[in-house]
Amino acid sequence: MEKAGWDGFEIGAMLRSFDGAIQDIATTLPEDRAYSQANSFTASVADWRINKPLFNKDYCIDCQFCWIYCPDMSIISRDKKMVGIDFDHCKGCGICVEVCPTNPKSLLMFPEQKDEDEALAQWPQKEKKEKEAGVE
Amino acid sequence: MADTMELRDIEVWDGNMAAAQALRQAQVDVVAAYPITPSTPIVEGYATFKANGYVDGEFVMVESEHAAMSGCIGAAAAGGRVATATSSQGFALMVETLYSASGMRLPIILNVVNRAIGAPLNVNGDHSDMYMGRDSGWIQLDAYNPQHAYDLNFIAFKVAEDHDVRLPAMVHQDGFMTSHTAQGVCTLSDEVAYNFVGEFQPMNDMLDLDHPVTHGVQTEEDWHFEHKARQQHALMTAVMPKIEAAFAEFEALTGRKYNVVETYQMDDAQTAVICMGTSVETAMEVVDELRAQGIKAGVVGIRVFRPWPLEQLAEILKNVKAIGTLDRSSPHGTVGTLYNEIAGSLFNTGVKAVLNNYIYGLGGRDLTKAHLVGIYQDLQANAESGTLTTPLQQYIGLRGPKLSFF
Repeated sequence: MEKAGWDGFEIGAMLRSFDGAIQDIATTLPEDRAYSQANSFTASVADWRINKPLFNKDYCIDCQFCWIYCPDMSIISRDKKMVGIDFDHCKGCGICVEVCPTNPKSLLMFPEQKDEDEALAQWPQKEKKEKEAGVE
Repeated sequence: MADTMELRDIEVWDGNMAAAQALRQAQVDVVAAYPITPSTPIVEGYATFKANGYVDGEFVMVESEHAAMSGCIGAAAAGGRVATATSSQGFALMVETLYSASGMRLPIILNVVNRAIGAPLNVNGDHSDMYMGRDSGWIQLDAYNPQHAYDLNFIAFKVAEDHDVRLPAMVHQDGFMTSHTAQGVCTLSDEVAYNFVGEFQPMNDMLDLDHPVTHGVQTEEDWHFEHKARQQHALMTAVMPKIEAAFAEFEALTGRKYNVVETYQMDDAQTAVICMGTSVETAMEVVDELRAQGIKAGVVGIRVFRPWPLEQLAEILKNVKAIGTLDRSSPHGTVGTLYNEIAGSLFNTGVKAVLNNYIYGLGGRDLTKAHLVGIYQDLQANAESGTLTTPLQQYIGLRGPKLSFF
């Protein structure tokens, strides 16, 4: 964000989320909204992430658990289909992986530097449930 | 639609009723308040007017003064005309939020009925709470009697809400001496009063849903300094002209004239007492008696305490030979505030007046005319010798051995 001088911004400890007037914001997709420079949507606020979630669509059942649970709205979903992850805002907390119900999981955490193709190639196979030891 | 209240041209009101009536006539949208003596009847009065249909506002009962001002801040950010009242310990509890209000540029009106700050616990009037507010970024206007408390509320709304200003304002009156002393107050009709203040014009309000805003943002070293500089710029450059314009418009409407600095018999004064609140009128009476004896004494009353009228005071005091600054607050470790402020106002000027300081009236102790006669005698001696003939800071009206410093 441009660092204006003391006389170069609106008064008050106040920031505008959008440039100009907005209507029907609930039905406008984030990428189509006129977010202002002051809105964190336009900034990368993820530079302290150490581990990142990667998405394997082969196993995803589009249950939307990750979308609902993500505390930073970093799961991108369109028409109830999981599309991917917004890495400008994802902090790498791992909640999406934790709540993913598929087997194997469709989201897994990897080191930030991990190559995506390599990660997908190494994706774990379906785990067989071990039969519980006989309980009598 | 709120009912109109028929008022007589002159009503017998104390300062609290005068302020409450002003809040009613300004049609304040939201009062969030917590009661504290001696300011309670102001918000109680507003609540009564609201309950009886004379105000279309909201009264928010809260659990503390911190919450009261916080509620006012939220309502002001939402886009309403907002006011409340407090005193003393309650004011102290509000202090954190006062800085939020001014930094967020929210034009809240706070009636401060000045009262001592404990310990020891004391409900009576002194200026400790008023002085505590002086760095908070608020405009501070001082009433000397119930009429002023009424009139200055209208001035405060008009100035604070101006879009070139957008800063909160306090209207101060002395606890009990003004707040609970009934006097004749010249009234405005509801219509005339409301038209003077004008319809509230929101700015960056949260209820403008087409233009969403985040209020009270965090800034660190990269923005904080610029925000504070901008706030100071408005307080230092925009406020005084707007106050003077509002005073002029109010005089044209009512015939009652207010000045940024009030003066009495200062044209040829050799000695001057500078004080605030009810003491100003006591000093005026004493000056009348001294003048009858041929003593050229005068009074300077601070009407606008923040922003500080530095240039106006330097002009008013340029020919005075001795000045006594009267502080109704324990300075706790230094000279009194008015001493410091006046010294700062005169230091780079050619004025060579002898300046001293009196601490008086703490916890509601009376300032008598005899005290003021003694002060003017000190000042006369200082004026004649051209140097301090007394200690720099003296306590007056105090029991026990004479107390003074420097």
